[in-house]
Amino acid sequence: MLPITVEFSGGAELLCGNVKKHEVELPKLDGKWQIRNLLVWIKDNLIQERPELFLLGDTVRPGILVLINDADWELMGELDYDLQERDRIVFISTLHGG
Amino acid sequence: MDAIVQQIGLKNNCTFCGVFRRQALDRGAMKLGATKIVTGHNADDIAETVIMNILRGDIARLRRCTAITTGADGYLPRCKPFKYAYEKEIVMYAYFKQLDYFSTECIYSPNAYRGYARTYIKDLEKIRPSAIIDIIHSGESLSVKKDVKMPTQTVCSICKFVSSNEVCKACVLLEGLNKGRPRLGIGKTHKERRKWEEDLAQEASKLSVESAVPGGGRGCSQACHQDDVHRPASNGCSNGADVAAADDDDDVIGGLDDDDDDVTRGGGRKSGCCGTGGGNCEKTQNDKKMMLPPAVVLAKTTMRNLLDF
Repeated sequence: MLPITVEFSGGAELLCGNVKKHEVELPKLDGKWQIRNLLVWIKDNLIQERPELFLLGDTVRPGILVLINDADWELMGELDYDLQERDRIVFISTLHGG
Repeated sequence: MDAIVQQIGLKNNCTFCGVFRRQALDRGAMKLGATKIVTGHNADDIAETVIMNILRGDIARLRRCTAITTGADGYLPRCKPFKYAYEKEIVMYAYFKQLDYFSTECIYSPNAYRGYARTYIKDLEKIRPSAIIDIIHSGESLSVKKDVKMPTQTVCSICKFVSSNEVCKACVLLEGLNKGRPRLGIGKTHKERRKWEEDLAQEASKLSVESAVPGGGRGCSQACHQDDVHRPASNGCSNGADVAAADDDDDVIGGLDDDDDDVTRGGGRKSGCCGTGGGNCEKTQNDKKMMLPPAVVLAKTTMRNLLDF
């Protein structure tokens, strides 16, 4: 079991029933937990509506920022980052206004 | 906005929202005695606007949208200081500084045109992050050929605020909403007006007892053929003479003169025509009173109740 925190912000919380912070326990997996399979897990368990606004293919929709422990995920390996206990993953939507 | 969307539907209401919001901003700023309006448009917004205006061929807006200050010689210039700041930077800044961040979704126009431009730009950004700034740069470098017709800044004849046409867009939209012709102001205004006048003329011919006299009103059509004067539909002559409106289109498309509204179209000429086509003769005024379309608008739309949303 892997306890982590998943947060949504910038409008992305609207896709999860308006709940910004989710303390979750990821079930045991044969392989390792990476962002890659975390995204699928989130889509199946946390996203309540319009999953196409969150996920595009096997990565997040362009325009959604991902922070791993307050660092940009591009610095941490993006989809290949291995999740550790008590990591904090934040998804911020940047698509607004105009 | 709810009332407007009830009339217009889920498409084309961006025009109403944008125009009225900006007008409200202008009027509010004037009341407060402000000297400048500063908005938070960021690099992504500007890039989206450039792409949108290219796709729609809107030369007038294309020139204006990349300027960091617009209307500098007017009474209330507008400025976009975040023009070169990426939306990503702004969001990260707000997040790390723990600023109060709220975002709501627009419920009125889920398939807005801007959404498509936005998706495109976000995909481009993924491949080449500098794409956004590059698009802004190309927008700035665009120069328009000299013989392209550009709108000149004048004053609206109804509300007396700055406008690029004789009647400003907000007044056109309001008129459309109040008279039950909500599509006036969306798309080609002069076509919509002509259609409106056709409908009115049809009503007039049903109500009128006089029989049509061919050729009797020839003088009427000549007098109406005034290319450069925009005539609000209420001045249209009810005897069916067409009131010409050259390029009534508020979205001025540079270089294209929308000449497809044929001015010398006939229509049933009635006898007793005063020949001026100014719409001021007693007959026209009486006809107008009788044939206003049944009230479809819930209440007279004014700036006051628009601000209540």
